[in-house]
Amino acid sequence: MAEVRYAAASRVYAKDAPPAVDALDLDIADGEFMVLVGPSGSGKTTALRMLAGLEPLDGGRVEIGGRDVTFVPPKDRDIAMVFQNYALYPQKSVAENMGFALKMQGVPRDERLRRVREAARLLDLDENLLDRKPKQLSGGQRQRVAMGRAIVREPKVFLMDEPLSNLDAKLRVQTRSQIAELQRRLGITTVYVTHDQVEAMTMGNRVAVLSSGLLQQVATPRELYDNPVNQFVAGFIGSPAMNLRTVPLADGGVRLAGRVFPLPAAIRAAAKDARLSELVVGIRPEHMHLATGAGDLAEPAGPPADGSVEVTGEVLLVEELGADALLHVRLPEGGDQVVARTEGRKPPAPGRQVTFWVRPDDAFAFNPGTGARLAG
Amino acid sequence: MSAATAVRRGPGRVSGRRRARELSGKVGWGIVAWVVAIAFFLPVLWMVVTAFKPESAAETWPPKFVFSPTLSEFRLVFSGWGPYVTHSVIATVGSTVLVLLLGIPAAYALSVHPVARWRDGLFFFISTKMLPIVAAIGPLYVIALKTHLLDSIWLLIILYTAMNLPLAIWMIRSFMLEVPSELLEAARLDGAGRIREITSVILPIVSPGLVSTALICVIFAWNELFLALNLTVTNAATMPMFLISSVPQEGLYLAHLSAAATVASVPVIIVGWIAQRSLVRGLAMGAIK
Repeated sequence: MAEVRYAAASRVYAKDAPPAVDALDLDIADGEFMVLVGPSGSGKTTALRMLAGLEPLDGGRVEIGGRDVTFVPPKDRDIAMVFQNYALYPQKSVAENMGFALKMQGVPRDERLRRVREAARLLDLDENLLDRKPKQLSGGQRQRVAMGRAIVREPKVFLMDEPLSNLDAKLRVQTRSQIAELQRRLGITTVYVTHDQVEAMTMGNRVAVLSSGLLQQVATPRELYDNPVNQFVAGFIGSPAMNLRTVPLADGGVRLAGRVFPLPAAIRAAAKDARLSELVVGIRPEHMHLATGAGDLAEPAGPPADGSVEVTGEVLLVEELGADALLHVRLPEGGDQVVARTEGRKPPAPGRQVTFWVRPDDAFAFNPGTGARLAG
Repeated sequence: MSAATAVRRGPGRVSGRRRARELSGKVGWGIVAWVVAIAFFLPVLWMVVTAFKPESAAETWPPKFVFSPTLSEFRLVFSGWGPYVTHSVIATVGSTVLVLLLGIPAAYALSVHPVARWRDGLFFFISTKMLPIVAAIGPLYVIALKTHLLDSIWLLIILYTAMNLPLAIWMIRSFMLEVPSELLEAARLDGAGRIREITSVILPIVSPGLVSTALICVIFAWNELFLALNLTVTNAATMPMFLISSVPQEGLYLAHLSAAATVASVPVIIVGWIAQRSLVRGLAMGAIK
C-alpha cells in the first residue's frame, strides 16, 4: 500500500538534447491505477523506469509510500515490473520465473510454491503449465506469467510498460479488462505505460498525458475527453482524432467552410485578449451530426433547436466500422478534410453532398501559437 | 491482343531461363563444394589408411590401396603415449577451465556492465595476439627458467590460458551482448545481485556459447606445439611432441607417424562432435520475443 510521487523529476540523456522527462510533478494515490500515455518519445517509459530505479534522475526526486527512493536501488524499492516483451528467464520454468524474486528474498521453498500457485490461480494459469519453459507457452500465457511474476511479490507498486502490445487485438481487449479488474481487486498502486489512448481511457482511474517529456494534463478519462487543456491532449485523446483547423477570426466567431461559425463570447474575449487574428477550432468526429435523411439526402431537416450550425461538404471516403461509419468529408472553402462519425447503416456514398449540424458548445478553441485551450 | 500475349509470354520465358540458370548454378556450386570437401578430407583419409598399413607398405609409390591391415603400429603407439596424453589432457583441461573462470567475469565487465575505458581493455586483449609468439619465446624461456617452471605442466597451463584468454573474452563478450537488457533489468528488480545475475540469468542463456568457446580453447591447447617444444622436455611433453618423437632418426616411420597422428586427432574430433549439437542449438533466445 503506497502512494507514488514524482517531484520535479527530470532525466536528461544527452547534454544538448532536450530532457527525456522534464520536471515531472505527479502524485499517484494509494491503490490508484495511473496510466501514462503519449506518443513514442514522449518520455512515458523513461518516467516509469525512473520510478523503477532503472534510470537515474538528473533532477528532482521520486517517492514511494512517502519515502524518498531517488537513490535507492531497484530491488529495495519494493516494486514489480511487467515488461513489454515480458523478459521471462528463458531457461527457468514458469514456477521458477514467478518465484525468482521470492527466492532472492530468502522465502522458503514451500511458501514460495504456495504463493506461485495462488498467483497462477488468480490469473487462470493452468497449474500444469508451471513446469513448462516460457518458449513452450503462447503469447497470452507468457503475458500472464509476467503478470504472475509481479503479483507473487505482493509489491507496493506495480509498474507496467506496454504489457499488452505484443498480444493480438482480440486478446489485448480481453486482457485489458482482466488487468484492470485484477488491479481493483488487489488494490495495489499501479503505474501503467501505453501509447494506446483507448487502453489509457478504459483502464486508468486517472490518465497522465505526456508529450516531448512534458506533462500535459492529469485527469480522469472523462475529464480529458471533455476538457482537454491544450491542443495536444485534445488531438491525442479520442478516436478517431479530433478535427483541428486553423481558421481566421470573424465577427461573432470564426470563418469555417465559407461561413461564420459562432463561438461563445468567452472564447471570443479570450482570443481578443491574446490578440489573435486566427485560432484553432476543434470538433470531435462524433459531434458532427449528419442531417437526418442524409442517407438519400432528399431534404435536409431543419436545424435542431439547440442553436446548431450547418456545415456542408462532399463525402470523399467512407470507412465502415460496422456499428459506425467514418465519413471523410471535404469542406467547400479551402478544401479542408474533416472526419465525421455517423451511424453505420446506410452511410452516404462517396461524392455525395452532405450536411452536418454542429453545436457551437461542442467546439473547442485553442491558441495557434501556444496550443493552450481558450476557455469557453 | 497479340501484343498483350507477346508481353505476357516475355516474362515467362525470362523466368524459365532464370530457373535454368539457377539450377545450373546450384549444380555448379555443389560440384565445387564436393571438390573442396574431398580436397580437405583426402589427406586425413590417407593418414587413417596409412595408419593401418605395415611400415613396408606405407612407403611404396604409387600408394597401395590393397593391403592386409594391421594394428601393430597402433599397439606401438599405445605402448608409448601414456605420459604424453596425460600431460596434454591436464594442460588442455586445466587451461580451458582457467580461461572460462577468468574470461566470464572479464567479458561481463566489458559488455553487461562495461567498466570505464572498456574499449581500451578490449583492444589490449586482442593486441596480445598481434605479436608473433616466436618473438616472445626468448624472454618466456628465461622467465620459466628463473621461476623453475621449465618443463613443468603448470607452465603450459599458464601459457595456454594466456594464449586462449583474449579470444575467449571476445567470444563470450559477444554472446553476453545478445542477452536482452530487459532480462537483466528484471533480475535487478527481482533482487538479484551481480553474482546471481551472472549465475542465474546470464550463464544459462550464454551456455551454448560457452561450450563453443571451450571447444575452441580445447582444440588450440591440444594442438599447440611451439611452446611445448621449446619449454618442455619430458615432464610436460604433450601429444604434438609425441608425434615428433615418433619420427626416428633413420628407418621407415610413415605408418607409425600416421597411427600416432590418428590417435592424437581422435579426442579433438570427439569433443567437436559432442559440442556440435550445442553449437547448432545456438543461443536459445526464442523465449524472449
